[in-house]
Amino acid sequence: MNRIATSPVTERPATRRLLIGLALGFLLFFLVLPLISVFAEALRHGVAAYWASVTDPDARAAIRLTLLVAAISVPLNTMFGVAASWAIAKFDFRGKSVLIALIDLPFSVSPVVSGLIFVLLFGAQGLLGPWLMAHDARVIFAVPGIVLATVFITFPFVARELIPLMQEQGKDDEEAAVSLGASGWQTFWHVTLPNIRWGLLYGVLMCNARAMGEFGAVSVVSGHIRGETNTMPLHVEILYNEYDFVGAFAVASLLAGLAMVTLIAKSVLEWRFELHQPGARS
Amino acid sequence: MTKSAPRGSTRLLRRSVLPGFRLSMGFSLGWLTLIVLIPLSTIILKTTGMGWDQFVAVGFSHRALAAYRLSFGTAAAAAMVNAVFGLLVAWVLVRYRFPGKRVVGAIVDLPFALPTAVAGIALTTLYAPSGWIGRWLDPLGIKVVFTWVGITIALVFVGLPFVVRQVEPVLADLGKDVEEAAAILGASRWQVFARVILPAIGPALLTGFALAFARGVGEYGSVIFISGNMPGKTEIAPLLIVTQLEQYNYAGATAIAAIMMGASFAVLLAISLLQAIMRGR
Repeated sequence: MNRIATSPVTERPATRRLLIGLALGFLLFFLVLPLISVFAEALRHGVAAYWASVTDPDARAAIRLTLLVAAISVPLNTMFGVAASWAIAKFDFRGKSVLIALIDLPFSVSPVVSGLIFVLLFGAQGLLGPWLMAHDARVIFAVPGIVLATVFITFPFVARELIPLMQEQGKDDEEAAVSLGASGWQTFWHVTLPNIRWGLLYGVLMCNARAMGEFGAVSVVSGHIRGETNTMPLHVEILYNEYDFVGAFAVASLLAGLAMVTLIAKSVLEWRFELHQPGARS
Repeated sequence: MTKSAPRGSTRLLRRSVLPGFRLSMGFSLGWLTLIVLIPLSTIILKTTGMGWDQFVAVGFSHRALAAYRLSFGTAAAAAMVNAVFGLLVAWVLVRYRFPGKRVVGAIVDLPFALPTAVAGIALTTLYAPSGWIGRWLDPLGIKVVFTWVGITIALVFVGLPFVVRQVEPVLADLGKDVEEAAAILGASRWQVFARVILPAIGPALLTGFALAFARGVGEYGSVIFISGNMPGKTEIAPLLIVTQLEQYNYAGATAIAAIMMGASFAVLLAISLLQAIMRGR
């Protein structure tokens, strides 16, 4: 009776501590230890060995390619995300929910299948393969294929973040601007963009993290040519399979660093601007 | 979420006030068609283009069936672990106060940000017989690396945030008044959880389970290092697709991909039906 009177809707302190302990223990074993082990393994033979692995010519080529792929695919999908959310949030039209479902499609496709579809399209036996061959152009086992697979994989990120945000904000501000004589672009740059900038940054951040870290889809289309079509995650795989563990973890530690920077920036955005993230995210 | 509210008869007029519909819609549809719809349609084209015998021969071979069993089985096991522990983590994050809570909240999203290949080699090293965790399990005779247990652990890593992020907002919105009422009427804390809280968060928990499961079925990067990839034993379905592609067997790869997509679609449909029933009650 006494317990109910004091705190009817919480657990006893002992239960509470037990649950917190269980949750933190689970997170420690499944998330924190793997993260720490990346850095520990990378530095196992000292800083010099670490530095040598990171500055190796093949590693540098992989870093350059990863940056290039992200530099192409993230802006493209950002433009798409802004355009799609403008159309979806500011206008009423039939089939809107179908369009939103189609935008989400790449999230529900296995990364390997995401690579496979581009092989079926552009590969040697693919639909457009003979035509590409006749024009001496390569897509698969070359950089264009890697970019295409990455664009497919990261397709929904910005749109998914912006659509609910812009729907919530409605269109009153834009209508006021237009009725006061602003042009469409002026309205977008001076009214819409300031309203959505933090959500946009959030979407770009997550899009970039995935673009730089994608493995399965890129692995299918890349051909693993050292120094040419190896992105950082693929380089990690090659080094690991060659038993160069320090090398593999050294390059992996750069990606883990990127992940930590992404998480910190994401959390800051969430706390300061109270952004909520959409449920589905891969 | 408030949709832009149509206001009576002015709706048509209001709709036409803002410019840029044709441009934004045209660009979106064009990009969607080029990047997503045309490439994905190749799966359907290739599947319908091959004979039934060929489809069955590769798609339902012993090796393929073993791979589906493994992929769907481990994905289901990992999603169940995540449903339990994801709920626990969400509960602790929403209901309790403890030092470092913000950091813990941020760490939950690590699997979204950490590249899968990095997670894969880290988990493999941790659970190897000489690794930080493996060295304690090895004397007990528990083998993780190169077994289905290792695959499940990798999928637990990958799927955890799906459950936590689905359950968290629903748990936070749950009014305490219902729980208070139940407690005053004499329900024990456990009864309140099982009869009041769990039914309320059920649909969200199920969505989290479905998302984690779907992600696990298709997952590749975090699994292939820890799985050992023995055909018929620890070879997951996505890896089998890659193997077929490396042998330039496009038809075989497509058949397996089509069956995988069909099966996960069926599972997701069943789960959303179950949700509709739960919500209907």
